[in-house]
Amino acid sequence: MTATEIAAVRLPTGGLAHDVRAVKIVLRREMLRFVNDHTRLVSSLAQPILFLFVLGTGLGSVVKNAIPGVDYRTFIYPGVLAMTVITTAMFSAGSIVWDREFGFLREMLVAPVSRGAIVIGKCLGGAMVATAQGVVILAMAGLVGVPYSPGLILTLLAEMLLAAFTITAFGTLLAAGMKNMQTFFGIMQMAIMPMIFLSGAMYPLANLPAWLHVLTVVNPLTYAVDPMREAVFGHLTVEPQVLALLNPGITWFGWRLPVWFELVIVALIGFTLLQLAIARFRRTE
Amino acid sequence: MNAVEVAGLRKSYGKVEAVRGISFDVAHGEVFGFLGPNGAGKSTTISMLCTLSNPTGGSARVGGHDVVKERDEVRRNIGLVFQDPTLDSYLTAEQNLLFHAELYGVPKSVVNERLRQVMEMVALWDRRDSKVSTFSGGMKRRLEIARGLLHSPRVLFLDEPTVGLDPQTRSAIWGYINELRRTEDITIFMTTHYMDEAEYCDRIAIIDHGEIVVIDSPEALKASVGKDRVQIHTSDDQAAIAALKERFDLDAAVHDGAVTFAVASGEEFVPRLFAGLGLPITGVSVHRPTLDDVFMNYTGSTIRDAEEESGGMNQMMRARLRR
Repeated sequence: MTATEIAAVRLPTGGLAHDVRAVKIVLRREMLRFVNDHTRLVSSLAQPILFLFVLGTGLGSVVKNAIPGVDYRTFIYPGVLAMTVITTAMFSAGSIVWDREFGFLREMLVAPVSRGAIVIGKCLGGAMVATAQGVVILAMAGLVGVPYSPGLILTLLAEMLLAAFTITAFGTLLAAGMKNMQTFFGIMQMAIMPMIFLSGAMYPLANLPAWLHVLTVVNPLTYAVDPMREAVFGHLTVEPQVLALLNPGITWFGWRLPVWFELVIVALIGFTLLQLAIARFRRTE
Repeated sequence: MNAVEVAGLRKSYGKVEAVRGISFDVAHGEVFGFLGPNGAGKSTTISMLCTLSNPTGGSARVGGHDVVKERDEVRRNIGLVFQDPTLDSYLTAEQNLLFHAELYGVPKSVVNERLRQVMEMVALWDRRDSKVSTFSGGMKRRLEIARGLLHSPRVLFLDEPTVGLDPQTRSAIWGYINELRRTEDITIFMTTHYMDEAEYCDRIAIIDHGEIVVIDSPEALKASVGKDRVQIHTSDDQAAIAALKERFDLDAAVHDGAVTFAVASGEEFVPRLFAGLGLPITGVSVHRPTLDDVFMNYTGSTIRDAEEESGGMNQMMRARLRR
C-alpha cells in the first residue's frame, strides 16, 4: 500500500441482512469456543456418565424387581440426555458473564446491531453446543438397551435442540444482570439441581404424593424430559402395565398432555424467556 | 460539516457532576486531544460521544448524527478503542477481527482486503493465526486499533490509547496513529493524561474538574504561557518562597517537590537568583514552556498534583463506567 492511497470512509448499511450476519457470527463464536475448550467438553460429560452408569447400575439392582423387563438405566436414559443438555446450555449462557468480566461483551454491545440479534445468536449457539454434547450421550444409547433407530435419533435431536434453546434463554436472562462468574455458577447450581430432581428425569411421574406431583407439573423442565421419554419408550417393547408405571406422561387434573402440546409449552417458555432476555440487554448500558 | 459537535454537554452521577457543560467542535480530519488528569471527565465525555451513556444535559453530534436520537447511526460512524481490553483472548487475532467485521456489517467483498490492510498497518499480519492470549499488552492495543479501523469509520475514538504500556510501545503506537492520518480519511478523538502525547494532536482541550479550561493547538498554548519555568531546591522551601516574593516579586509554589515559579527568560535570571535570594540553593533547573506548564498555567496545578487530589473520585468513576 502506498502512502498516497487513502482508504475512504465506508459505512455499513444496516438492516435485516446485517442482523442475520450478526446472529451467525455470534453463533459461530460460540461453536469455536466450544470446540477449542477441551476441558469443558470432557467435564460436562462426567456428570451425566456418572448418573447413567454408576447411579443407574447401583440403583438399578435395587429397583430391578419393581420394573420387570426394563433396565433402570434405560429408564433414566432420557433424563440423563436432558441433564447433559441443560448443564451445557447453562454453561454456554454463563459465558456472557465471562465476556462481561473480560470486556468482550462491550465489543458486542457497542456494535451498530440490534441487541436482539446478539441474544438470539447467543441462544442458538448455546442450543447447538448443548445438542452437540447430547450427541455424545446419544451415541451411548446401545449400551443401555436403547435402539439406534433413525426415527428415534432424529426425534431426540430435535427435542434436545428445543430444550437447549429454552435453557440457554433462561441462562442468558439470568446472566444479563450478573457481574461475576461465582455468583452465576452459584445460582446456576441452585436452579439446576432442583429442576432436574423435580422433572421426572430420575423417577417416573406416576403415583407420586400430591405435593410432589404439583411440583413436577409446575417445573418447566418436566415438559422437556417427558417428550424424550415418550420417544424412547415408543421404540421399546414393554408390557403395558410396566409402560403405564414408567411412562405415565404428564397429567393436568387427570388429562394426559399430548407430546406436541408439551413441546409447544417448552417452545413458548423459550420464546418468552428470549424476549425477556432481549429486553434486559436493551436496558443495560 | 464538523466530525464532532458538542454543545453544553453535561453528565451527573447523582450529586457528582462529572462533566459540567462543555462545548467544542472537532473538524473533519483533525486529531483532537482531551488532556486532563484522571477523573477530570475525559472518559465520561468519550462514553457519551460513543452513545455508551446518555448525557444529563446538552447535545452532541458525531459524524452528523445526534448521539441520543440516532444511536445506531452514530455507532456505524465511529471506531472505538477502549481503555480496558475488549478482545476475546481465546480466539485468534484474525478471528477477533472477522467477528468485528460481521458485527459491523462490513461488505463481504472488501472484508479480506481490509482485514489485511489494517493488520499490516499495525504490523500484526504475521501473527494473525495466533491466539490473542499469547499477545503482549502492546500487541493487544495495536490489534484493538486495527479492529477500530476495520469498518472504515469516520471518527476513531481512542480512550487513553497508550495507558499501561512501556515507553517504547507507546511511541510505536503513536507511529501507527500518525501513519493513519496519511492513509485513512479519518478524524481522531483521543484522551490522554500524558503531556508528551498531547503534542501529537492538532488541537488540545484541557479539561479539569469536568470543565474545558482552554482549547488550542499545542504550539499556541505553549506560546500563550511564554515564560520559562524555574525549579529550585532549597533547605527551607517556605523561606525561599517568601524571599522570592519579597526580593523579586515572584509568585512561587511547591510543585513536584521543588519550589517552582515562572520568569520571562530563565537562563538570565538564574545568576541574579543565586546572587540575590539570600538563601542557599542546592539545585536548579530551567524549563522552556511545555504542556505541563500550560496545564499548570490554566489549572493552577501540575497534572500529577491533580491526579493525587482526585484519585478517590477517579476510582469511583471508573467503577461506574466499567460494566
